[in-house]
Amino acid sequence: MAGTPVQVTGTVLTTRRVDAYHALTVVAPGIAEGFRPGHFVSVAVGGAHTSMVTRRAFSIHDVKSDYGGTVELVFTTGGRGTAWLAERRARDTLDLVGPLGRPFPLPRDPVHCVLVGSEYGSAVLFPLADALLARACRVDFVLGGAGAERVFGAMRARRIAQTTTLTTEDGSLGLRGKVTDALPSVIADTRADVVYACAPMETLRAVTAVAMEFDIPVQVAVEEQMACGIGVCMTCVIPVIGDDGATRMVRACAEGPVFRGERVRFEDVGTIPFDALGAPGGGARHVS
Amino acid sequence: MSVDMRTFLAHVELANPITTAAGCASSGRELAQFFDLHRLGALTTRSITMAPRAGRPTPRMAETPSGMLNAVGLQGPGIDVFLERELPWLAQRGIKTIVSIGGGTVAEYSELARRLADAPGVTALEVNLSCPNMEDRGRVFAREGSAAAEVIASVRSIMRYDVPVVAKLAPDVADIVAVARACVDAGADALSMINNPLGMAIDTETLRPSLAAVTGGLSGPAVLPLAVRCVWQVHAALPGVPLIGIGGVMSGRDAFQLVLAGACAVGVGTALFHDPYACLRIERELEDLLRARGLQRLADAVGLAHRPPGSAPRHLLVDTEESAP
Repeated sequence: MAGTPVQVTGTVLTTRRVDAYHALTVVAPGIAEGFRPGHFVSVAVGGAHTSMVTRRAFSIHDVKSDYGGTVELVFTTGGRGTAWLAERRARDTLDLVGPLGRPFPLPRDPVHCVLVGSEYGSAVLFPLADALLARACRVDFVLGGAGAERVFGAMRARRIAQTTTLTTEDGSLGLRGKVTDALPSVIADTRADVVYACAPMETLRAVTAVAMEFDIPVQVAVEEQMACGIGVCMTCVIPVIGDDGATRMVRACAEGPVFRGERVRFEDVGTIPFDALGAPGGGARHVS
Repeated sequence: MSVDMRTFLAHVELANPITTAAGCASSGRELAQFFDLHRLGALTTRSITMAPRAGRPTPRMAETPSGMLNAVGLQGPGIDVFLERELPWLAQRGIKTIVSIGGGTVAEYSELARRLADAPGVTALEVNLSCPNMEDRGRVFAREGSAAAEVIASVRSIMRYDVPVVAKLAPDVADIVAVARACVDAGADALSMINNPLGMAIDTETLRPSLAAVTGGLSGPAVLPLAVRCVWQVHAALPGVPLIGIGGVMSGRDAFQLVLAGACAVGVGTALFHDPYACLRIERELEDLLRARGLQRLADAVGLAHRPPGSAPRHLLVDTEESAP
């Protein structure tokens, strides 16, 4: 599924603030070509002589064919690595590896899709929306955040989607509450056939629960801490139920970041479930 | 002038000294997306265990100054899947493969060796001695010369003699030379060092340990001096034993340090997380450094830093004489 990843030295084209976030457009032809919605890139931060040895993973917000192929990353500054990235200016170079991960599966038929995003997790939903619209799907957005400035992409969503529902926890924009508070009525009103979501684990868990209540499929893009992004470091694992019914600790970078929501054991993220394959004490014996 | 980069791990010849460090290249397929694995001196697999292992809970990783902590817990599908799917994939492609094994008892290591003894495609067997010894109150094999020796003797007696047995040592010991000597006396054909020393980080936001497992292995540039010291001490004591130097190698210069300390091969680990092409780059940089110093063979550089102070390497003296008017 994944395009063959490449390592490229990308040149920063533009940097800008979007709502409360940073957006960085980077010329990265090899990555832009193989991109599918849901793919991510890993970025080396801190420069050549940095003390930061792990890469940072970012989902791709946008891909354009200008300048031979650009990718746009949206992020917020959390630690030293993202703070360094936020200081990049036009013409600076960045070491990127991508496209990485398993992208969103797209429906064959023109179905009704609800796209749910929280904070800057929404960024990854826009190229997905474009791909769905190209397949004549109906697209409806539910976007949320803590406050108005933390809701990403509201304008663009309004432009491209049939409906856009916004939620903020402080009530400064749209409905007061979380995306999952608004989701049931959006699913009902739009007669959605499928839900796509990208958000923190807690929100994805709630989104999955709503979709399961409506008995419609839900595809979630998880956010997990990664060191390598290419599947060798084994640090980004989450418990996921396989086709055979057995739970495995699978890599969010290589097997994900997109999973079928009902297959992810959200309540067990951060643990090794007792019935996971290879869990201490025998593991798979409890699997029915 | 091209530099002869060939090296010998016991009697096995490797085209160049760069190998992946155990646990840092999975079983090869991920890196094969980026480059031809034949360009590695050898690929070292993650540590293979008897039963499938789900590993430790997340968070498993924490970045630290010039390094990272990891507590993965040898996650893997176990020896059956390894023999069925992973090793044949490597063997069919003719990739030199150092298989790392990990166990909780001597019997488990022996059984792993038995399963691998007849498997085609095993270039060498690396014994990960940093596992807790279930029969001895969870004390790590590598911390005790006698426990390490027992594992090595058992594995050596089972493996074919054309497959070198490499003992992987941990630096968290009072006397690494004593552990190294015990392993060599027990039949180890080569030694690799160092495995991750144990470290810990505390998250000042949550006020809790950063790793779910509390402690984890420290890797990255932060541990390079520790690796150089261990390789130096063991090479000084056991100059004839082939050593794989591992620990924080990010550049050719780092690899060169380990070679000068006495390593005939160099393992690259954390650098692979940062740069999937790290092995190729480091090999090229090492070759350039050797060439720039007039060294025609990698072998000439192994342990070169041990020569007495003031004595220049012989070939450099020759160069000086030739260029004199």
